[in-house]
Amino acid sequence: MNFTRRKLLKAGGLLTAASVVGFPYLVLGGVNKKVVVIGGGTGGATAAKYLRLIDPTIEVTLIEANKDYYTCYCSNEVLSGERNLDSLRFGYTGLAKHGVKVIHDLVTSIDANKKIVKTASGKELAFDRCIVGPGVDFKWGEIQGYDEKTAETIIPHAWKTGPQTLLLRKQIESISNGGVVVITSPPSPYRCPPGPYERASQIAHYLKKHRPKSKIIILDAKSSGAGPKQPLFEDGWKKLYGEMVEWRPGPDNEVKQLSVANKTVITSFGDEIKAEVLNIIPPQKAGKIAVDSGLTDDKGWCPINPKTFESKLKPGIHVIGDACIAGAMPKSGYAANSQAKICAAAIIDLLAGREPGIPSYINTCYSIIGDDYGVSIAGVYRLSADGNTIDSVPGAGGVTPRDATPDQLKREVSYARSWFNNITHDVFN
Amino acid sequence: MNSKFNATLLVVWVLSGSLPVLAEQSTPSGVVLANNCTGCHGYEGASQGPSIPSIGGLTKEYFLGVMQAYRDGNAYSTIMGRIVKGYSNSEINAMADYYAAKPFVKAKQKFDSKLIESGKKLHNANCETCHENGGAESTDSGVLAGQWLPYLEWTIADFSTGKREVTKKMLKKLEQVSSPAEKNGLRSILNYYAAQNK
Repeated sequence: MNFTRRKLLKAGGLLTAASVVGFPYLVLGGVNKKVVVIGGGTGGATAAKYLRLIDPTIEVTLIEANKDYYTCYCSNEVLSGERNLDSLRFGYTGLAKHGVKVIHDLVTSIDANKKIVKTASGKELAFDRCIVGPGVDFKWGEIQGYDEKTAETIIPHAWKTGPQTLLLRKQIESISNGGVVVITSPPSPYRCPPGPYERASQIAHYLKKHRPKSKIIILDAKSSGAGPKQPLFEDGWKKLYGEMVEWRPGPDNEVKQLSVANKTVITSFGDEIKAEVLNIIPPQKAGKIAVDSGLTDDKGWCPINPKTFESKLKPGIHVIGDACIAGAMPKSGYAANSQAKICAAAIIDLLAGREPGIPSYINTCYSIIGDDYGVSIAGVYRLSADGNTIDSVPGAGGVTPRDATPDQLKREVSYARSWFNNITHDVFN
Repeated sequence: MNSKFNATLLVVWVLSGSLPVLAEQSTPSGVVLANNCTGCHGYEGASQGPSIPSIGGLTKEYFLGVMQAYRDGNAYSTIMGRIVKGYSNSEINAMADYYAAKPFVKAKQKFDSKLIESGKKLHNANCETCHENGGAESTDSGVLAGQWLPYLEWTIADFSTGKREVTKKMLKKLEQVSSPAEKNGLRSILNYYAAQNK
């Protein structure tokens, strides 16, 4: 119903009641078009919902392995105890209200030629177009001594919200006063660029109250840290936590090896650092199904046409969210939500034989450094002139100013909460 | 608050908006643009709160004026000023059309019921002339009835500290209702707005 104006204009300048809009498809369509969405994270769930909002005649099936989704955004607040895990939990009944058929199953293969998706339980689903929102997977094997089992039981990555988030929280609560927390920040690109630094902030928020002699060391393969937000984190750490958070940037600090038994990491320079709580955030690539389906390039990410998010490698399959290569856009929840809407609208146009409309993309990421102390980064994006990538609109966006007043930092926290409420409502309701 | 949002500007906006077909070909549609607002301001501009304002149902005049003020720095903001710079006049015009056609959904939020009556009286005596229908109208101002309270409080604070452009008349009224003689004056008025949640 929302896309009425553009459709009608394209259809010949008619500006009449919205109720007319779905009608031509019913008449012309015959058999309804089918879209299968794989992955019920922020991108996948948004895409499924918006396909139905734009054109309720499209049959949309969302396939997601889990009954509930836990957002990654705001999950660092679970580590400080400011939030409980349940506040990040969202189910799929909201999508069903829009007529999205939700199947809880694991997709085992996507056949781009035959246009069929197969699942672990033996289902086969045909599609006209397919959207994949696979999220990220980890490059196991890049850090010697670190594997999935270790992550689940002793040294959590906690980079997908769930049991590992709680394990890390428990470890932080049990640390001795004076104990060291080591966080390793991965090489780019990875999910949520400011995440490791917000995580350090939230852990410091807890430790300052309960274990004031403890320390947090961030071993960072990158010199750039959180990018434009990095000075804001450093200002915030100093102001709120004194010397508690130590950021060690640069290639010398990349962790390539660890001893699980001693919770000791070895940097590429050769330093050995023993931690009481160790949080390894491993290097990343596109989610497994994207790799298995031939949607990834040699670096492990999915090249797409940025106007439609259709894969450059597998026609008819679209990739959105963290897994896709989206130019200047970061790998964030809001970016995935924005891409999903552009992708959904483009698919409706493509299925109807129309040229997709001009896109516009957005991102905002809040980071909560402490009580009444929030910062943000925003970006407005557009298709590049040659149509090959997504560019930042010059002069727009950017970060909270370094000289922001306490009042401004406080408002940013409240706006972060509003953003969370609004985006999750947009995705899941 | 917005007589300063000048007429020349409006003419430019309206002219740029008077060529919808041309705009259609060169810029994203109003819906595509408005989709960018949803993550923070809610679907169709109905914010889930607690502090980001609802923007569905704002008049085109107000929407354009306030966006221009954010862009020019005449209205203080944490983030809106950074984002608005990403859009052309014709794009903001398309967003304004989109939101003007949507309903304003009143927020369900806490309020102090003891203050409603006094707030209503003060509103009628001081505010109703411009903020008609108990603050529910948005002609050349934002909707007050059912707007999220922290947003209203911060906006008023910004008026009072010169961070957001405001008419002399409005400023004078704010001083009057905030004076010690009016016990809890401003708070009462805001609670009256918050109580209008249906």
